[in-house]
Amino acid sequence: MKLKGDKLARNLLLASVVALGACATTAQSEQEQRLVFEAGHPSLQYWLLPDKPPYPKDNEPTAERIALGKQLFFDPRLSRDGNISCASCHNPMLGWSDGLPTGRGFRGALLGRASPTVINTAYNSIQMWDGRKKDLEDQAIGPMEASVEMNTDFDQMFRFLRNNEGYRTAFAKAYPGEEINKETIAKAIASYERTVISNDSPFDRWIKGDKSAMTEQQVRGFKVFVDPDKGNCEICHSAPNFTDNGFHNIGLASVDGGKGDPGRFAHKPIKILKGAFKTPTLRDITLTAPYFHDGSAKTLMEVVEHYVKGGEVKENLSPNIKPLHLTQQEKEDLVAFMEALTTDHEPVTLPKLPLK
Amino acid sequence: MTFDKIVFGIALVALLAAGAANAAEYEVVQKNKAFSPKELNIKVGDTVKFTNEDNFFHNVFSLSDLKTFDLGSYPKGEFKSVTFDKAGKVEVECAIHPSMLMIINVQ
Repeated sequence: MKLKGDKLARNLLLASVVALGACATTAQSEQEQRLVFEAGHPSLQYWLLPDKPPYPKDNEPTAERIALGKQLFFDPRLSRDGNISCASCHNPMLGWSDGLPTGRGFRGALLGRASPTVINTAYNSIQMWDGRKKDLEDQAIGPMEASVEMNTDFDQMFRFLRNNEGYRTAFAKAYPGEEINKETIAKAIASYERTVISNDSPFDRWIKGDKSAMTEQQVRGFKVFVDPDKGNCEICHSAPNFTDNGFHNIGLASVDGGKGDPGRFAHKPIKILKGAFKTPTLRDITLTAPYFHDGSAKTLMEVVEHYVKGGEVKENLSPNIKPLHLTQQEKEDLVAFMEALTTDHEPVTLPKLPLK
Repeated sequence: MTFDKIVFGIALVALLAAGAANAAEYEVVQKNKAFSPKELNIKVGDTVKFTNEDNFFHNVFSLSDLKTFDLGSYPKGEFKSVTFDKAGKVEVECAIHPSMLMIINVQ
């Protein structure tokens, strides 16, 4: 919009300043009244995830691609020592994470950050704690290439896969006419990961209209969650996947204002990103303790207490973080609400891995 | 946006533009986690003000070869301006929300 000045505009300015005051008040109250906290209310439907996550044009999920991806995901033989699979750190029995504060990699190497859950990463527009991978295809080979993680010997791995009749057949069905290479491996794993979805939690069912899906306390917790003057959680843990796909320094002690792990800053050298990490989803959050990228919070109440304090270290703190004024009841309500975000999944079945 | 707000916006930018004889001033807003407009054609010497209209903080930066700047982060209702003094293409982003991206073509 190109704008030019004139006297009329200057006169209008004075009148508008008065009008703006009135508008701001109206806008604020409109926002407060925008949400109606009743099961199934139209004002809340923006919290529902799309039924199917997006996928790249050249990798439409098919049954063959998903089945191959599942085998590769659970196959430790892709790692250099033949003993670490994707599922070692992204274990479906532990919420597709590992239950550790920070991961363990090649020959037990202690990794710097928590293993993020695979759950609903299909809906993310950017991957990894520091956003260095753009999508699941881009991410899938990363741990194999990392010397401290799977530390894959790619010549050895390609020999293994290309000489294995079961895998040769599976690749030919999934990606006919394409080679067994990093690209097709990544595409297959990504296709499988896109099936790891949480979208049928008590919260989802309540949003769809099932009044009994959440308790009164959980509904109160939802209000605290979205209220800008209470939890103010929604500004980062945004609908519908409880993440803004954004980066924030939340004032963790280990980050130390950015003097510790630089996080996103290592990839985008902008001051506000020192010590900033991607907002994780809260879906299935009860399955993925401990919390934060450094695994420093053991419970959801510890997480809430961290935000009530407004972070431990204030240096280079995200401006969106400020101390919260919550009663003990409101804190407990908030935790109860987060407990309503977990889907009661069917047990994961394990694939048969081709021996030859 | 209400009529009053539009008038206010026009008047405010007009005032700011009054000082520069030939250079124009443009406004880009950050609203619903997106820049608007997403592409802008301006001339060398023109200024662009970036206004945050979301209820949370945004950042504005560019690491383009042509123009590097970091306006920091600011809340709803606040703005900062940048004058573009060389011709070329500048990519402007929000560091906090990486899906926010716009292009300024300086002619």
